[in-house]
Amino acid sequence: MNYTTTQLILFFVIVALGTFFTRALPFILFPENIPIPRFMKYLADILPYTIIGLLVVYCLKDINLTQSPHAIPEAISIVVIILLHIWKKNTLLSIGGGALLYMILIQSVFV
Amino acid sequence: MNNKTAALKAAFPHTIPVMTGYLVLGAAYGILMDSKGFSLLWIIIASVFVYAGSMQFVSVALLAAGFDPLGALLMTLAVNARHLFYGISMLHQYRGTGRMKPYLIFSLTDESFSILCSAKVPEGVKEKWFYLFVSLLDHIYWIIGSILGGILGSLININTKGIDFVLTALFVVILINQWQSTKNHLPVIIGIASAILCRLLFGASDFIIPSMVCILLCVTILKKPMERGKVR
Repeated sequence: MNYTTTQLILFFVIVALGTFFTRALPFILFPENIPIPRFMKYLADILPYTIIGLLVVYCLKDINLTQSPHAIPEAISIVVIILLHIWKKNTLLSIGGGALLYMILIQSVFV
Repeated sequence: MNNKTAALKAAFPHTIPVMTGYLVLGAAYGILMDSKGFSLLWIIIASVFVYAGSMQFVSVALLAAGFDPLGALLMTLAVNARHLFYGISMLHQYRGTGRMKPYLIFSLTDESFSILCSAKVPEGVKEKWFYLFVSLLDHIYWIIGSILGGILGSLININTKGIDFVLTALFVVILINQWQSTKNHLPVIIGIASAILCRLLFGASDFIIPSMVCILLCVTILKKPMERGKVR
């Protein structure tokens, strides 16, 4: 890719500032001297429980049910993670085991 | 000093799953940038100052498409809009964190947020130091991962296909923990259902913002019944 150093710096400044802005906006709108409205406190309590589900779907957004392998590797791996985690309650084991299983499945089973 | 050591000790175990994910994904980013001909310096600059996993991957694609500053800005805002929810959730917890607050806000990634919103800070440990160390450790893992990727990129030859599933697994595990920690499962169901519905309606690249709107609508409409069955 042919970019000048200035162009690259400008590009990364834009992406960095844009990212920081999305993280900072709520804090800019509600600085410490302003009491947090009751509704925002309610959202703060409830949103973490909704957003993790959204993140899981976000991770799986590119699966295609109509095309082989029909998201079967993803489904198997997630079921195994759930069972493993309910059974052993060991975060590392669940994550490591699930990811390893998924890699084996898509690299050598559902090729 | 003792205060900080205690906070670091309390923070570290919580960050281990993210360490696995970030070293690997960071390395994947480094490898990708290296393959596009970017030097290690640019890889480090991006990982230190942008510090947003999915956005950094998207930015490689943006660069490949040609120089378009306005397009890059709009894309950044769209891809990262979900961060608004993290800020809202951490408004209260991050009050009184003083000088470290700008850094805590800057480093509020998906993964750091997922730890910080659910981890219980042990008694006797100062919260703000716990927040700082979780954030800082995660950031360091990401930087180290991307540097390793940039250096080793062309040298190693293992099949890493599917390795990004580490993060899917991390979020699934957090979801199970959340599910088991409360009797009110409605918020979790709202999140998943809104996301799936909007993914089907709007497609893979445009569903995040509609999902956020849908979630906000649902939790606003259901505020009364939700508060009766207190989540926390």
